[in-house]
Amino acid sequence: MADTSTEIAPIVSTGRAARLGEFWMYFSRNRGALIGLVVFVLLVLIALFAPVIAPHNPDDQFRDFLLAPPVWQQGGTWQFIFGTDNLGRDMLSRLIFGSRFSLLIGLIVVTTSLASGVILGLIAGYFRGIVDVVIMRIMDVILAFPSLLLALVLVAILGPGLVNAMIAIAIVLQPHFARLTRAAVMAEKPREYVVSARLAGAGPIRIMLLTILPNCLAPLIVQATLSFSNAILEAAALGFLGMGAQPPTPEWGTMLAEARQFILRAPWVVTLPGLCILVTVLAINLIGDGLRDALDPKLKRS
Amino acid sequence: MLRFILNRLALVIPTFVGISILSFGFIRLLPGDPVEVLAGERSMAPARREQLLHVFGLDRPIWEQYLSYVWRALHGDLGVSLTNQHPITQQFFQLFPATVELSLCAMIIAIVLGVLFGMLAAAKRDTWVDQVTMGTALVGYSMPIFWWGLLLIIVFAAGLHWFPVQGRMDLAIFFKPITGFMLIDSLLSGQKGAFQSAVSHLVLPSIVLATIPLAVIARQTRSAMLEVLGEDYVRTARAKGLTESRVTALHAFRNALIPVVTTIGLQVGTLLAGAVLTETIFSWPGIGKWMIDSIGHRDYTAVQGGLLLIAVVVMVVNLIVDVLYAVINPRIRVH
Repeated sequence: MADTSTEIAPIVSTGRAARLGEFWMYFSRNRGALIGLVVFVLLVLIALFAPVIAPHNPDDQFRDFLLAPPVWQQGGTWQFIFGTDNLGRDMLSRLIFGSRFSLLIGLIVVTTSLASGVILGLIAGYFRGIVDVVIMRIMDVILAFPSLLLALVLVAILGPGLVNAMIAIAIVLQPHFARLTRAAVMAEKPREYVVSARLAGAGPIRIMLLTILPNCLAPLIVQATLSFSNAILEAAALGFLGMGAQPPTPEWGTMLAEARQFILRAPWVVTLPGLCILVTVLAINLIGDGLRDALDPKLKRS
Repeated sequence: MLRFILNRLALVIPTFVGISILSFGFIRLLPGDPVEVLAGERSMAPARREQLLHVFGLDRPIWEQYLSYVWRALHGDLGVSLTNQHPITQQFFQLFPATVELSLCAMIIAIVLGVLFGMLAAAKRDTWVDQVTMGTALVGYSMPIFWWGLLLIIVFAAGLHWFPVQGRMDLAIFFKPITGFMLIDSLLSGQKGAFQSAVSHLVLPSIVLATIPLAVIARQTRSAMLEVLGEDYVRTARAKGLTESRVTALHAFRNALIPVVTTIGLQVGTLLAGAVLTETIFSWPGIGKWMIDSIGHRDYTAVQGGLLLIAVVVMVVNLIVDVLYAVINPRIRVH
């Protein structure tokens, strides 16, 4: 994976490719981050090609094979490698399709909370005054509630379901982005390059988005990675509590909730979905640690 | 110092206003008619509707409704539950000790082990000890705790029968609660086996709830220690010929503690969110399970009241942590 030419590049040139090379040099030095990246790429591939890889349709019910054990246990067959659930659906196929939901949840939640948080943070940090006070106090209020509880209540208002769960989680995660952006903007605004851009006649929107924002990306990228794994965990928790994706959606948290009553008769219906959540979240957190070290060694965990 | 506390107290007011607006707005934001939501009655006669509108004060202007809500809330009146007509505040404080007991046990586990492992990892930096500890910490940090709880039940409760599956006390043992803390009450009751039962019921839920804070504290302690160990005064202490353990324990640790205390304070919200899941899995009769049940039963006044009280608890704890922070770190008081 490591391209030697990009690793040497930073010494000679200082362009964008060189910066990327320098970043890769630091990132690839972290073995955990590399493992995380490989696992994550595999997960994305599994999610993309789910219909091709999955041996069965995730919703097909094989009525003759209710709670069939996985292949390594006595009575398991190769037809259902990871066994079946209480309705006779193939666990492996459901887990494969479940990766689509988790990754999509992470992607959508992070994109929306990042976009809204950055915009609010830019406005608060650039204009200050009353706008700043109002925006940041609202963020404080959101942070005053335990995140899962607030998400639960928001879902109770909006109605249970995957889309509403994603909206709720995005709202809960968004203050972190707003705070980070505001702090970065306040640090950058008095700098000379910003002043000179303003003297050159650039408007506030141009200064905010094109001049300042690219210079405070590093902490935002790290926070986005952390939020990605958080979003997956919270969505799974909401699904587990019956407030997220609804059955028969093969979302991992929802699968766990459905399987709970069979925990003693058929442990695999509980252990496997949870293991998938753990591996996904762990891979993303490993990448996040690597990104933090590579982008800004001084950046502390927020 | 007094000025710092007053300044910090002033910040509480806007947050409280926001919290109260949100919990006030909750019932009005729900789909459907607030009268039907509050009365729990469907398609009522117009006359009954008018009457209820007046009873709930919904016929008054919205700001008047809000002010009277806050006024009553400040006097501890959060209305009655829609399902069993008991006052919300009373229910909350009846269940609160269960959550506090569980959270305190979890927090003690998390702080003791977290600080210990964090210091160990920092002392043995870049060795296999460091890698194993921090690898485990990252797994703990990534753990879906509702699944972790189920796993522990499968292995230690259902499989090995070491610990009970759910609840706070053996059903065969009964005594009147005095403090609401099972560990204390069981001792006061003087019944044989009551205290053991209370402890064995606490073990698995505490481990589950402690997992994420433990991982966070271990990681934070390690990085704080590493930073401090590079400082000049630590080098001076070493140069004076002090033993390594004395340098670590006395000179470095005390200064590394400052960011760790902040982290511990920030974990209170995490802990309460975790309590929702942990209490659901272990049928622990605390406020987390109560909130989930209330949402499930559409007991909206209970959800509204619980939301407000939990946010106030988090707010107060954060306030205390900030003040403590200023006590141990004089630098922040000047700022």
